Amino acid sequence: MRNDILSLLEHNAKLTPEEISVRLGLPEAEVRSEITKMEEEQIICGYCACINWENAGSDFLTALIEVKVTPARGQGFNKIAGRIARFDEVKAVYLMSGGYDLSVIVEGNSLKEISLFVSDKIASLESVLSTTTHFVMKTYKNHRIIFEQDGGDERMIVSP
Amino acid sequence: MNDFISKVVQDLPSSGIRKFFDIASEMEDVVSLGVGEPDFTTPWHIREEAIFSLENRRTMYTSNSGMPELRDEISRYMSAKYSLSYNPDRQIVVTVGASEGIDIALRAIVEPGDEVLVVEPCFVSYKPCVIMAGGVPVSVPSSAENSFRVTAGDIEKRLTPKTKAILISYPSNPTGAILEGRDLEEIASLLRDRALVVISDEIYAELTYGDAVHTSIASFPGLSEKTIVLNGFSKAFAMTGWRLGYACGPVSLIEAMTKIHQYVLMCAPTIAQYAGIEALRNGATRVDHMRREYNSRRRFMLNELRKMKIDCFEAKGAFYLFPSISRFGLSSEDFCTRLLREQQLAVVPGTAFGDCGEGHVRCSYAYSIDNIKQALSRLREFIKTL
Repeated sequence: MRNDILSLLEHNAKLTPEEISVRLGLPEAEVRSEITKMEEEQIICGYCACINWENAGSDFLTALIEVKVTPARGQGFNKIAGRIARFDEVKAVYLMSGGYDLSVIVEGNSLKEISLFVSDKIASLESVLSTTTHFVMKTYKNHRIIFEQDGGDERMIVSP
Repeated sequence: MNDFISKVVQDLPSSGIRKFFDIASEMEDVVSLGVGEPDFTTPWHIREEAIFSLENRRTMYTSNSGMPELRDEISRYMSAKYSLSYNPDRQIVVTVGASEGIDIALRAIVEPGDEVLVVEPCFVSYKPCVIMAGGVPVSVPSSAENSFRVTAGDIEKRLTPKTKAILISYPSNPTGAILEGRDLEEIASLLRDRALVVISDEIYAELTYGDAVHTSIASFPGLSEKTIVLNGFSKAFAMTGWRLGYACGPVSLIEAMTKIHQYVLMCAPTIAQYAGIEALRNGATRVDHMRREYNSRRRFMLNELRKMKIDCFEAKGAFYLFPSISRFGLSSEDFCTRLLREQQLAVVPGTAFGDCGEGHVRCSYAYSIDNIKQALSRLREFIKTL
């Protein structure tokens, strides 16, 4: 049941417990209490909107920074990752397999702002060996939502 | 040139849906619950396979009965899913949609004057296909009291020495009803020893919800020998426009159907057949996803209709609800015409699917929740005025 609730909420965080209970055929009180429990257990960590900033007229930029680091003794990558994650500019941090260690998603208002942030705040950290910055040029799909959907309902109005 | 049109075709009634389509297409800002096809686009991996087949120059005819790889997949699928066993070389023919299956099944067996029982309410083309095959359609109405599940008793009353076949389709378009358990067993026992062919259109089989499981009538002892099962890709895999279906059944019947199919159509579209192979091999996850989505809309719509005090049995199949509108004192057709004109909402009158659909309308939930919400708020406004 939890997974069913989660998958509905993941697609639409605005659904109320009542709506979820109808769609899944479960008692509303049960849905409500499961959601509360999952929030407490940090299974649901927050609710956010999926925004196409380009349509909002914003010049907002996103960059993906590949970071190579030296893991700290006894704490592996957690210490440095946690430190990077605390910056407000950082939208997401992932530990990666492969050619580099941390993938850091950074948002900023200009190329310059992001570059400065990376050199000042990330590259300068003691355990950081190197950074490579990739700027996102266009978002096609985010949170499973394709930003420029083609066409509406092209079916005939009535059919057998 | 009217004199040249055959009497049979002249006398065919035009589809009740067509009329509605004509009115609706003249209007602006129409919200519809009138569509009989999925709102999902064919899953990308299936479309991609079709594109790949074109890139590889797979643009020629295939064998009449369909590509062997596709028939193998169909055979495996029917066995795994419905415990039906068909030899891919002799008991399966790939058709241009399940619609073609209806036509060639009837033409393969019907002699002039033969009666074909048609369980109603039903898909609009059954009766015309019987007539065009030279047969006489005999309606077997299923009743609202029994949630449109036809019973052995309903069928037995219409059996005569002239009955050649029975056409039955569950999960049902337009009612969404399914047949299971005792009902199905009794029908199977009734038909087992009769000299007739059962044509079972199971195009909506994958779309069965909740704890219900689709059972094919062909899976009962003694029935597979006389049953043609029709199925296809349109509904389960959201592939309506590809025109791909299949018929499975006894060797002699499938051979006869293939004979007609080879002269009339040669083979089903090659590109669609490649897509079909991919759909059966790797499509199950997407089908599950779509089924879950339909099920959630089904519950939502049913709940909303009941909140409006509109009487509706819980349909567990296809993607239709078939609520009763009889308490409003209008015929199905008047109800739908006024709803369309006054609130620009299109639903289909139950009578488009047979006389016993009177007092009901077909509402499809193959729409996004937002669309359904908008439609139902128009319906709410409309019934306030009645």
